[in-house]
Amino acid sequence: MTIDRRNFLRAGLAGTAAAAACATLGAPPAEARENKTVPEQAVGLLYDSTLCIGCKACQSACKTANNLPLEDNIGGGLWDTPLDLSGKSYTVIKLYADGKMEHKDQVKDGFAFIKRQCLHCADPSCVSACPVQAMRKDPKLGIVTYNADACIGCRYCVAACPYGVPQFQYDTPTPRIAKCQLCHHLLAKGGIPACAGHCPTGATLFGTYEQLSAEIERRKAMTPGEINQFPRRTVDAGDPQERPAGQYTEQVYGAKELGGTQVRYLAGVPFDKFGLPTGLPERSYASRSETLQHSLYGHLAAPAVVLAGLVTAAWNGSKSHAGDEHDEDQHDGGRHD
Amino acid sequence: MYDDSSLPPADEVQTRFGIDRRDFLTFCAGIAATLGLPRAAEAQIASAIVSKERPSVIWLHHQECTGCTESLLRSEHPTLDKLILDIISLDYHETLFAAAGHQVEAARLAAMEKNKGKYLLVVEGAIPTKDGGIYCKIAGQTSLDLTRECAANAAAVLAIGSCASWGGMPSTPPNPTGSTGVGEALGRSDVVSIPGCPPNPYNFLATVVHFLTFGKLPDLDAKNRPLFAYGRLIHENCERRAHFDAGRFALEFGDEGHRKGYCLYKLGCKGPETHANCPIVLFGDVGMQSWPVGTGHPCIGCTEQGIGFAKPIYALADLKNQRPPVTYARAVEEQGGGATAASAGLVGALVGAAVGAGAMLTKKIRHDEDGQE
Repeated sequence: MTIDRRNFLRAGLAGTAAAAACATLGAPPAEARENKTVPEQAVGLLYDSTLCIGCKACQSACKTANNLPLEDNIGGGLWDTPLDLSGKSYTVIKLYADGKMEHKDQVKDGFAFIKRQCLHCADPSCVSACPVQAMRKDPKLGIVTYNADACIGCRYCVAACPYGVPQFQYDTPTPRIAKCQLCHHLLAKGGIPACAGHCPTGATLFGTYEQLSAEIERRKAMTPGEINQFPRRTVDAGDPQERPAGQYTEQVYGAKELGGTQVRYLAGVPFDKFGLPTGLPERSYASRSETLQHSLYGHLAAPAVVLAGLVTAAWNGSKSHAGDEHDEDQHDGGRHD
Repeated sequence: MYDDSSLPPADEVQTRFGIDRRDFLTFCAGIAATLGLPRAAEAQIASAIVSKERPSVIWLHHQECTGCTESLLRSEHPTLDKLILDIISLDYHETLFAAAGHQVEAARLAAMEKNKGKYLLVVEGAIPTKDGGIYCKIAGQTSLDLTRECAANAAAVLAIGSCASWGGMPSTPPNPTGSTGVGEALGRSDVVSIPGCPPNPYNFLATVVHFLTFGKLPDLDAKNRPLFAYGRLIHENCERRAHFDAGRFALEFGDEGHRKGYCLYKLGCKGPETHANCPIVLFGDVGMQSWPVGTGHPCIGCTEQGIGFAKPIYALADLKNQRPPVTYARAVEEQGGGATAASAGLVGALVGAAVGAGAMLTKKIRHDEDGQE
């Protein structure tokens, strides 16, 4: 079958228009997906940078609880000194430092700490990107878990995470994805995440999402410098420390970023100083990409439309060339002579 | 070895101090080490102790528990009890005096008269100032009056213990007797304080020996504490510091971390905000770990005004002077900036000079070649 350029383009355009029409008129799955929200019984962490002293108790406890190896970046093999999240480190305390580093939680000539770890998004990109459901969001507690047995090692989660959290273990023949799973093995036994359990100051605090939201409200309402109580380990552990409240920035990191996260940050310096992505939209990337993909493939409409378009093109092509067939044959016949 | 020809013969030392010459020199070396003095100072100290006249010391007690004195008496450094009585001439001390009553007061006045302007006044205990200071009286005299009288002609005033340094325990709120430290009560800013509850006896002894050897008091910090003893935070020299740096903490008394000797910060250790040499000098001369943190209890900050007896014992400390180390992972790694105008200018000038020199050289070579032809 032959088809001239004009007709080919016309048919293609018709097909695309039909596909677009199908997408908009299509059944429920083709509607724009909203952000997923945190489950009712979701748990999470609150990390308050103004309380953190940078002692790395969380890092140390995390390694013990998750049976992770030492990561020595300064030589000597004595100290665990991860420079960033890695295949061997699920959490790491990083430092913002400026000039003389004289005052804590100050932008100029100051310093501040930030705890990097999985934020356990309400609507995680890694879960959306994983082709085999090795990354899953626990429907009850909302923890983003990883199943090594299902994982095919494609590393889509590594590329998809906007916070750069999942890490691939490149240095082993049996690699896994390394990421914080909120110590769900400890939670199952009635415990709490190791980092929150070991934090001496209460900078890392465990609680339900609701409890932590209330705690964030309470801290934001404090007068800076006024003595206040700060719970340690969990919101209601009854082991608070008393100290002057810090001067918090307006932003609560993880409150709205890409639909919110279950691990949230309070800090005394702006979050862009910590190398965290700021200015993220409130609509999650997962909802956006899934809307697009599910529109295209909803009810298998797109292949049907494409097929219809091709059939139309073929039909039109055969009609317009029907009269030429004899001439071509003659022509061909003539050539054979 | 240092020149010890100036020292008296061995038998003289033995007779006077009741110890052999070796033990005596060991003691002098110990004092020099506590003071952070160079090696040659041992000889100077040994010479001062044996040859100079023993300084007269008047020792007053006010609102206190006599813990400072007890601590001094229990120093088991070789024959320290004998040395403390032989290095100084203790002319008035309520706990140690054999005599009592008017006899003692007379001895005090006599010593003060005889050593006018030369004696050391050591004060132990806080001084009550409320209601005319009536809450502590000795021989009918209020603490305040007695201290004023004794301080008037003293060569130096030493406050031993936290009570005498700033008020210590008796001054904790609501402070019903209005107790305060010696310096504040006398309105003097030159009172040397050796805080602690009790203070380390070697810090006191070293201060006295420094005065005896060099004729002046050692260097002091802003709170008048000798720098050799209170120049550093406990946290800086703590034997458990490595655990702090590695993030290993005892979370509760008796838990695994506590039994393994991990850092006591979470239990309320005030080491990060308390200046003292406890981890180095230790207490009681019984060897390693004989200090509060070594035995497993957090430091209560007894040498630091505003911490000891003020902050709850198990409340978290504020970290002082704790800038994160350079090896700490940075959130945003620093990168080199672009070329500055000055550096660009310098490089430009160098390039210009090189080009100019090259041109001249070419010209010269060509000229030479022309000349040869």
